[in-house]
Amino acid sequence: MDWQTLATQLFPEGHDIVEREHFLSGTGQAAGRTVAVIGTTDHAPIGIEIALAQAQAVLQTVQDHPGRPVVILVDTQGQRLRHRDEMLGINSYMAHLGKCVDFARRQGHTVLGLVYDQALSGGFITSGLIADACFALPQATIRVMGLPAMARITKVPEERLTELAKDNPVFAPGAENYLRMGGVHAIWEGDLARRLAAALAESEPLDQRMALGRERGGRHMAQQVAEAVRTGAVKATDAGPA
Amino acid sequence: MSSYLELSARQRIPHIFDAGSFAEFLPPAARVVSPHLAQLDAPVSFDDGVIVGRGLLDGRVVFGAAQEGGFMGGAVGEVHGAKLVGMLRRAVDEGAHAVLLLLESGGVRLHEANAGLIAVSEVMRAILDVRAAGIPVVALVGGANGCFGGMGITARCANSVVMSEEGRLAMSGPEVIETAHGVEEFDARDRALVWRTTGGKHRYLLGDCQALVADDTGAFRQAAIAAIAAAHQGEVALTLAELLAEQDMLARRLRDFGGQIEPMEVWRALGVPDPKAIPMLEADAFVALADNYRAGADAGASTGGR
Repeated sequence: MDWQTLATQLFPEGHDIVEREHFLSGTGQAAGRTVAVIGTTDHAPIGIEIALAQAQAVLQTVQDHPGRPVVILVDTQGQRLRHRDEMLGINSYMAHLGKCVDFARRQGHTVLGLVYDQALSGGFITSGLIADACFALPQATIRVMGLPAMARITKVPEERLTELAKDNPVFAPGAENYLRMGGVHAIWEGDLARRLAAALAESEPLDQRMALGRERGGRHMAQQVAEAVRTGAVKATDAGPA
Repeated sequence: MSSYLELSARQRIPHIFDAGSFAEFLPPAARVVSPHLAQLDAPVSFDDGVIVGRGLLDGRVVFGAAQEGGFMGGAVGEVHGAKLVGMLRRAVDEGAHAVLLLLESGGVRLHEANAGLIAVSEVMRAILDVRAAGIPVVALVGGANGCFGGMGITARCANSVVMSEEGRLAMSGPEVIETAHGVEEFDARDRALVWRTTGGKHRYLLGDCQALVADDTGAFRQAAIAAIAAAHQGEVALTLAELLAEQDMLARRLRDFGGQIEPMEVWRALGVPDPKAIPMLEADAFVALADNYRAGADAGASTGGR
């Protein structure tokens, strides 16, 4: 889905989102209130400019519109793979964006992510994955990297990974698998404006993803292990029910 | 003098924390291993490549973690990430004086792809929860595998980063960039270029690490103690002022050096009189020189600088 169609469906009461060099920013009207919108389009690689522009928009919202919710529209091929971006510390630009989103949350801004097309690794970790909750459209692709590249790096044959990916959410791309692992809160179908309104009303700032991953059967160990470490249980299974 | 770089994660802990004080949570005897590696016929480790626990640092209760670069490059899988998150949450529960992260990681463990990616983002949020509770987080980067990918981002969520000149901090590794855009873009075999681009001295000059030390466990320990003390002097949690200062620093960096392609030219543009001499300088001499020119000494929590 292109971002204009998405924006119209998310904000039938109106929006003023504009695109500049794959960077989306503006506001939309949702359930009678104004929400700030930032994001990317055209599978944009996230380089230092776009990370900084998103951070700037978040900080501006915190300063000028206390409490205004922030919606992050995600469509990225991942971090930009250039020497120059690495030289200038792209990890610091990404971290800065993540910290700005985190700060906004703690200042009382609800922050929601929505993967409407594609989300990959570094471009996702400080956008949708740092929001209070991340949602996805059913056709969204979410992954760390493609199976061919994964096969090359892990030295596991691609056929084997393809086979495993059929029923193992850890390897397969796709919104459904991230849903099972708790990384995606829910998949939005039907009336997107209603889904957004409901998500804004229900959002809460605690990180619940491990518990969701366990409940949904996509990530069995994370919650148990974290609780075992936290409570000092001797074995992961001693931590008790999640 | 003992090299930090050459030690394993487990060996580093008694050098950094007060000797004999560190108690590990969910130690190898608990036999908690990755649930994903066996089906790929990959070896497992009883600590899943990370040691987490609580110890004393200069007599104060400091929680800590050490990633083992020798196991899958220190990369973060489901269990590895969950151990970090559990330790970070416990540090808040118990009101730790600080959290010290001995980072050495390639980022997301590709063998556990999606689970690893979510895990890294959970670690990032848990670190910021620790800071929000008023507990400083300090990251040490000096292992042979560097600190890359999602952990390169995570390191920069800490109050401060301490590096050795041999330490490397970045996002995508040189091989990944060379694979994507060719050897002309980034020659991963040009070790001097890799070091100039990602190494501790460059990061210190840019303002992305707040202390630069020699590759020595004693130097890392002292820098960690100083960084924690410095963090307690100011705001530990993220503040608008800190983020605005960082926004300004990163915008100025982009404006001033965005057109450069060679790190040495960035150093020259910062005012360093003889950039070619930088790689040869010992840590102390380098810091004495760099403090006259480095950027970002006033942005965020700082343990030194102007």
